[in-house]
Amino acid sequence: MNFASQRVAKPYFIGALALFAGQIIFGLIAGMQYLDGSFLFPAFPFSVIRTVHTNLLIVWLLMAFMGAAYYIVPEEAQTELHSPRLALLTFWVFLIAGVLTILGYLFVPYSQLAAMTGNAILPTMGRGYLEQPLPTKIGIVLVALSLLFNVTMTLAKGRKTSLNIVLVAGLWGLALLFLPAFYFPVDTVKASYSWWWVVHGWVEGDWELILSALLGFILVRMTGVDREIIEKWMYIIIAMTLISGIIGIGHHYYYTGAPEYWIWLGSIFSAMEPVPFLMLVVFAVRMLISRRHEYPNHAALLWAIGTPVMAFLGAGFWGFMITLAPVQYYTHGTNFTAAHGHLAFFGAYAMVSLSIISYAMPHLRGRMANSLRAQRWEMTGFWIMVISMFVIALALTGAGIVTVFLQRMGEHPISFMGVQYQERVFFWIREVAGFTFFSGLVAYLTSFFVGGDPVAAHGATVPRGR
Amino acid sequence: MQQTFTKAMARNIFLGGAAFFLIIYLVLTVDSWRQIPIRDHASQMSPAAERGKYLMDSNNCIGCHTINGEGAYYAPELGNVYTRRGPDFIKAWIKAQPIGGYRQMPHFNFSDKDLDDITAYLQWVSRINTNHWPPNIQG
Repeated sequence: MNFASQRVAKPYFIGALALFAGQIIFGLIAGMQYLDGSFLFPAFPFSVIRTVHTNLLIVWLLMAFMGAAYYIVPEEAQTELHSPRLALLTFWVFLIAGVLTILGYLFVPYSQLAAMTGNAILPTMGRGYLEQPLPTKIGIVLVALSLLFNVTMTLAKGRKTSLNIVLVAGLWGLALLFLPAFYFPVDTVKASYSWWWVVHGWVEGDWELILSALLGFILVRMTGVDREIIEKWMYIIIAMTLISGIIGIGHHYYYTGAPEYWIWLGSIFSAMEPVPFLMLVVFAVRMLISRRHEYPNHAALLWAIGTPVMAFLGAGFWGFMITLAPVQYYTHGTNFTAAHGHLAFFGAYAMVSLSIISYAMPHLRGRMANSLRAQRWEMTGFWIMVISMFVIALALTGAGIVTVFLQRMGEHPISFMGVQYQERVFFWIREVAGFTFFSGLVAYLTSFFVGGDPVAAHGATVPRGR
Repeated sequence: MQQTFTKAMARNIFLGGAAFFLIIYLVLTVDSWRQIPIRDHASQMSPAAERGKYLMDSNNCIGCHTINGEGAYYAPELGNVYTRRGPDFIKAWIKAQPIGGYRQMPHFNFSDKDLDDITAYLQWVSRINTNHWPPNIQG
């Protein structure tokens, strides 16, 4: 850490991890309700628990991205952050608004929340991931504007590296792609079509730019490889992301009422979407092999190699399995999609957030790397969480396959609820894996409180990319 | 490789590729916007159906259900529920909740008019041209 103002990243990272823990707890509750509908019902129906689960995910990822930006942008620009006080104020505004929104979901019936917050004037509520009441959505825009102002001013007065430009551009894209959340046409097909501008635009487009920049940054720092090489890889990867991903949005348009040509366009282009993730794996492995020195934070190295691998599996491989139109005809709207969603969100965006936190938090706490004992706790947490999430994805895939065969195919298709009941073994496996995931999270969080002597670099100079 | 393929070239592929496909997407979207109202019979969406849609959104129905495969996978597909169950069953079902069972649906305090509006919307949704999805009546 070279600049005092980078310290504002710390509350963002801590806040993100706290909300991450909350997300997992609500995931466990939702998983339980899959098995027993009377659990916490009617006080907290499934729709409420699920909304809290997914909204906490989005808020903690955004918080981690923001923390990453406040940490990286000054260091890359070689100058102090434009306004650390604004960044800190923004953190508290974001956290309080986020917590109030979650409490609103939990303790106010959704229709009443809509009535209280002016949803009738400008309807925006009732779409997946975008359930937030209007004031929260406006708050998200204001928080994003504050972040963009701060990092753009910092970038403008400092060194303009490709990594930094892509990161800041990615954050601009993130904010711009949120704006369709305010456009909710009455025409259901148009509403679905434009909903994907936000959701696909984020997770299969813009966020991959942010992911590549974040991963590129920590690889520059940890491997000491010439940044020209790393930035070239980054550009090629994000080029492939958008070349495949922009028209690849068509894989959401097959069966929702959009024109038929999306069946062809969506299949062809989205089939290429795993390519940038595969390149990300090759990139990370090659950079680590050609590293110039040993980096003492082995946990961060593990996250940095684990992220592209899991992102490729979850976003690339699992996404590919359900992306071709003839396959999706049977898998659309089943737990196959939920399997892909879980493994992709965790493997790509949760893990890249945990990677940057793993790299930056020791610096923010005044050391190169945590003690070996703390690192062992962190790496134990890594393996338990990764394996558990993989089992969750396998279980949900099993449920999805059963739905395909019993409900979607055959002479005498069975009703939705009849099939769900027959799948309950998979929902049990998912729930058990959810609990092991939680134990991994506890091990991970414990690593922050395990003492011991911090590890210094092995007599080498402090690694620094050029 | 380093000499023949530079970072600037990689950046230009990124910028050019993104711009090229963004323009194609915009053109296709303009065309889709022309076709969608025909495919979903937008002109036949009555004021009752519009109110029904608002009720479904502001009660977060897709927090459990799917509509044309989009939403949550906790409860049955609603895109074709009108053809699967018919309006009278849908209204009686919503009124009777919660009735227990493997999954639970909350009780919503809908008036009879609300229920008429919701079924009007579900009828409109069931007629959208979704390229023959879902594969069968079970959704």
